[in-house]
Amino acid sequence: MNKVEKFLRGRFASALVAVIIGFAVAAVVLVAAGYDPIASFGALLSGAFGKPKYISNVFIKATPILLTGISVAFAFKTGLFNIGAEGQYILGTVLATVVGCSLNLPMPLQVPIVLLSGMVGGALLGAFVGWLKAKFGIHEVITSIMCNWITFYLCNFVVMSDAFHKPNSTSAVPVNPSSYTILFGMWKKSEAGKQFLAGIPWLREILLKTDLSAGFLIAVVVAVIISIVLKRTKLGYELRAVGLNRDAARFSGIAVERNIVLSMLISGAISGLAGALSITGTSPHTITLLAAMEGYGFNGMSVAFIAGCAPLGCIPASILFASLIYGGMSVQQAMGVPSDIINIMIGTIVFFTALPGIAPFFANKIQRRREAKELASSQGIERA
Amino acid sequence: MEVSPEFAVQMHGIVKKFGAYTALDHVDLDVRKQTVHAILGENGAGKTTLMNILYGLYQADEGSVYMDGKEVSITSPTEAIAHGIGMVHQHFMLVENFTVTENIILGDEVCGAAGVLDMRKARKEVMELVEEYGFDVDPDAVIQDITVGMQQRVEILKALYRGAEVLILDEPTAVLTPQEIEKLIEIMHDLIAKGKSIIIITHKLKEIMQSADECSIIRRGVYMGTVDVKNSSETELASKMVGRNVNLTVEKTPAHPADVTLSIRGLTVKDERGIEQVRDLNLDVRSGEIVGIAGIDGNGQQELVDAICSLAKATSGAILMNGQEIQNTNPRNVLNHSVAVIPSDRHRWGLVLPMMVEENTVLERHGEDMFGKGIMLDYEKLHEFTSKLIESYDIRPAGCEEERMSGLSGGNQQKAIIARQVSYVPDLLIAFQPTRGLDVGAIESVHKTLIAERDRGAAILLISFELDEVMDVSDTIAVIYHGQIVGTFAQGTVDENQLGLLMAGGEAK
Repeated sequence: MNKVEKFLRGRFASALVAVIIGFAVAAVVLVAAGYDPIASFGALLSGAFGKPKYISNVFIKATPILLTGISVAFAFKTGLFNIGAEGQYILGTVLATVVGCSLNLPMPLQVPIVLLSGMVGGALLGAFVGWLKAKFGIHEVITSIMCNWITFYLCNFVVMSDAFHKPNSTSAVPVNPSSYTILFGMWKKSEAGKQFLAGIPWLREILLKTDLSAGFLIAVVVAVIISIVLKRTKLGYELRAVGLNRDAARFSGIAVERNIVLSMLISGAISGLAGALSITGTSPHTITLLAAMEGYGFNGMSVAFIAGCAPLGCIPASILFASLIYGGMSVQQAMGVPSDIINIMIGTIVFFTALPGIAPFFANKIQRRREAKELASSQGIERA
Repeated sequence: MEVSPEFAVQMHGIVKKFGAYTALDHVDLDVRKQTVHAILGENGAGKTTLMNILYGLYQADEGSVYMDGKEVSITSPTEAIAHGIGMVHQHFMLVENFTVTENIILGDEVCGAAGVLDMRKARKEVMELVEEYGFDVDPDAVIQDITVGMQQRVEILKALYRGAEVLILDEPTAVLTPQEIEKLIEIMHDLIAKGKSIIIITHKLKEIMQSADECSIIRRGVYMGTVDVKNSSETELASKMVGRNVNLTVEKTPAHPADVTLSIRGLTVKDERGIEQVRDLNLDVRSGEIVGIAGIDGNGQQELVDAICSLAKATSGAILMNGQEIQNTNPRNVLNHSVAVIPSDRHRWGLVLPMMVEENTVLERHGEDMFGKGIMLDYEKLHEFTSKLIESYDIRPAGCEEERMSGLSGGNQQKAIIARQVSYVPDLLIAFQPTRGLDVGAIESVHKTLIAERDRGAAILLISFELDEVMDVSDTIAVIYHGQIVGTFAQGTVDENQLGLLMAGGEAK
C-alpha cells in the first residue's frame, strides 16, 4: 500500500477530499457565472485571514458552531441524532438573557451562573427529548424538530413580554455587563489599557475592533472534556455501547433508558452553553425577535459531520466553516460574487463529507491501478 | 479431471478475490451426473462463494465452468436457471401468506390471453410435479401453515418447476428435525434416480456419510481433493476439512451433581403478541451437571432464556437462583446472582461489533474497580485482562486486543463471548446455541469449555437446536415442545428417534 492509499483510508481523508471537491464545484459554478475562481478564492482567503481582526472574527463566528458541533457529534457517537441543537441553543440564549438581566452579581459569580442557566435550559430540553425516546420510543428526530419550533416561538414571546422587552426595539433587555465574557472587557477601554495596546498594533486591533471573548477557549476545553468522557470514562463506554448495540448493552445489564436520557441531557447542555456564550460574548448581549432560525444548530450538524463526529475534529471543522462564512462576505464585497456561491460550496463540502465511502473509493481505484501495473510488469518478466 | 459429458457440472481453476483477500484459489469441482455431491468446508472456507459463482451471483476472476462437457458462461441467476441450475437457499425465499402453488409459479407465471393468470393450469402443472416426485405437499396449503420440512420441499419444487437438472442445496438440514432430515435424504435419492444431479453444501459430516456419493473438500479457499464417501469415514473428512485430527466424540467423566442452582417453577411467558410461548414450565439444574434442552426452534427456548435474564416478563411462576427469586427484575440483578449467558445471536445480544475486542470482553463488568477507579476506565487494565483471555482461549489473531470485534471470525467472536462469560466464574452458565455457525474445530473447543465449567462446579443449562449436540454434551436431556418440558432423560437412556418424536409433539414410546 503506498502513502496516498494509506492516507485516503485514514481519518482525515474524507473531510479533505470533500473540501477539495467542494472548492472544485464552487470553481465550476464561479466560471459558469463569469467570475475568476482564483481571484475569488484569493478574496475568500484574505477576507478570512488577511488582517488580525478578521482572524479574531473567524474565531468568534466559530465559537457557537463549534459547541453545537460537539453537541451533535457527542449525541451521534452514542447513537442519537440530535437535530434539536438549534432549539437547545435558542433556549440557552433565552435563559442566559433572563438570568443575566435579572441578576447583577460580581463578575466571578455572575458569569458562571449565567452560563450555567443557559446550559440547564439546553440540558432540560435535550433530556425531555431523550426521555420521550427512552420511555415511549418516539424518535428523537421528530421530537427535537418540534422542540426547535416551540423554543423559537418561546424566544419571540420572551422578547416581546412586558418583563423583558426593551422599549422601542426588537430586542429584550441586554444582560448586565457583569455577565460579559469578552476578554479584557473593562481594561482594554481604560487609559492604562489603551496606552499598553498602542505599542502592539495587532493586539490593539483584535481587542478594540472585535468582541474577542473567552468563548472559543471554553469551547475548546469542552471539546477536550467530551473527547475524554467518550474515550476514557466508564460513562462514555456505556453511552457508546448503548449507541452501537442497544440490545447487547441491555443484555449486559447496562441501563439503556437512563443512558439515552443522559446522553441527550449532556448534548443539550453543550448546545445550551453555545447559546449562553453568544449572549455573554457578542453584542447586542440579548435575544432579539427572530424572523427565522439563525441556523447555529444546523451549522453545528455540518461541523460535526465534516469532523466525522470526533469532538476534537470539530475544532478545525468549525474554523473552516466559520472562515468560509466570514470570508465569503468579502468575496461578495470584493468581487461582486453572490454569497449563494459560497453557500453552494459549503453545501457541496457537507454533501461529500456525508458520503463516507468517497475517500476509500479513490483508495480502491489507486490500488487497482497499482495491482494491474504489478501484474503487467510481472507478466512482462515472465515473457522476457 | 477431463472435461466430459459424464459430468453435470465441472468448475475448473476457479479463482475469486474480494479486494486483497482470495476467497477461492484455483478450486475444482466435478459433479458426476445422477450423483449427490457434497461440498464440505469450515465456515468461511468458500463453499457458498463457489456456489454463488455457479448460480451467477458472483463472477469468477479466473477459471471455467462446463456443463455436459461444454463450456458455459453464467453471469446471472436468470442464465443459471436457463442452464438448468436451481438453488435452494439456507433461508427460504417464500411468501408466507401465499399458497404453495402461488409460491412455485411466482416469477414464472402461467398466463392466458392478455396476460391473465391461469391459476387452474398452474395448479395442474404443480400437481403433476408433486405426483411425479412423490412429494407430500398440498398445492393449496398456505406456506405459513405448513412445516419447515414441507416449505423446503416447496423450494425444491420451485427449482424443478423451472426445469432444474442440477440442484444446489445450501445447508439444507440446518432447520430440520431428525425425521425430516431422513425424509429429505430419501427425496434426494429419488431425484437422482429420476436423472437429476445434486450439490449439497454442508459442514455436517453425518449427513454427508448418509446422503452423498462424493465429497469435495475446501479449506480456506483451497481445494483439498474429492473423496469417495463410501470408502471414507467421518474422522477422515473432518481432518481433511480442518487440517488436523479432530476429536468428534465429546470426552467427559460422569457428572457429580450437587445442590439445585437454578429452579424454574410453573413458569409462563407470553410473547409481544400475548401468545403463551412458555407454559407452566418446570426445570431444575444442579451444580456440577449439564442439562441440555432439545427442541425445534420456536418452541419457547428464546422466551425461556429471556425470562431468566429478566428481558421478558414472567406472567406466572418463579425462577429461583440459589433459592432466591430473580424473575421480573432486571438483567443487572440477574448478573449479580451469578448467572452468565452465552446468547444465541452473538451479533445482536453478545457483542458491540464496532467496539474493540478489549472493550467487548468487559461488557458486563466495566464498572468494577479492577477496570479503573471512579469514573475513569483504565484501558491498560482492559488490555491486560483481555490479553489473558486471548491467550487462555486461543482467540485469534493473537494480539487483537485493540482490533474491532467485527474483524474477528465468527468462531473467534464466540470464543471471546465464552471467555467473557466464564471469566465471571458464574454459578449458572446458560449456553443458548453456543456452537451456531461454528466449524468442527471451534465446536470442539466450546464443548470442552462447557465441560470444564461443569467440573469446576457450575450448573450448565445448554439449549440447542442441534440434537446431536444436546445428546453428546448433556448429562440430563430435557425436551421442550410448545413451551413445556415433555420429557427428561439421563444421558444414554434415550435415542435420537425417541427425542425426535417428542420434539415434534409425538408420544414417547
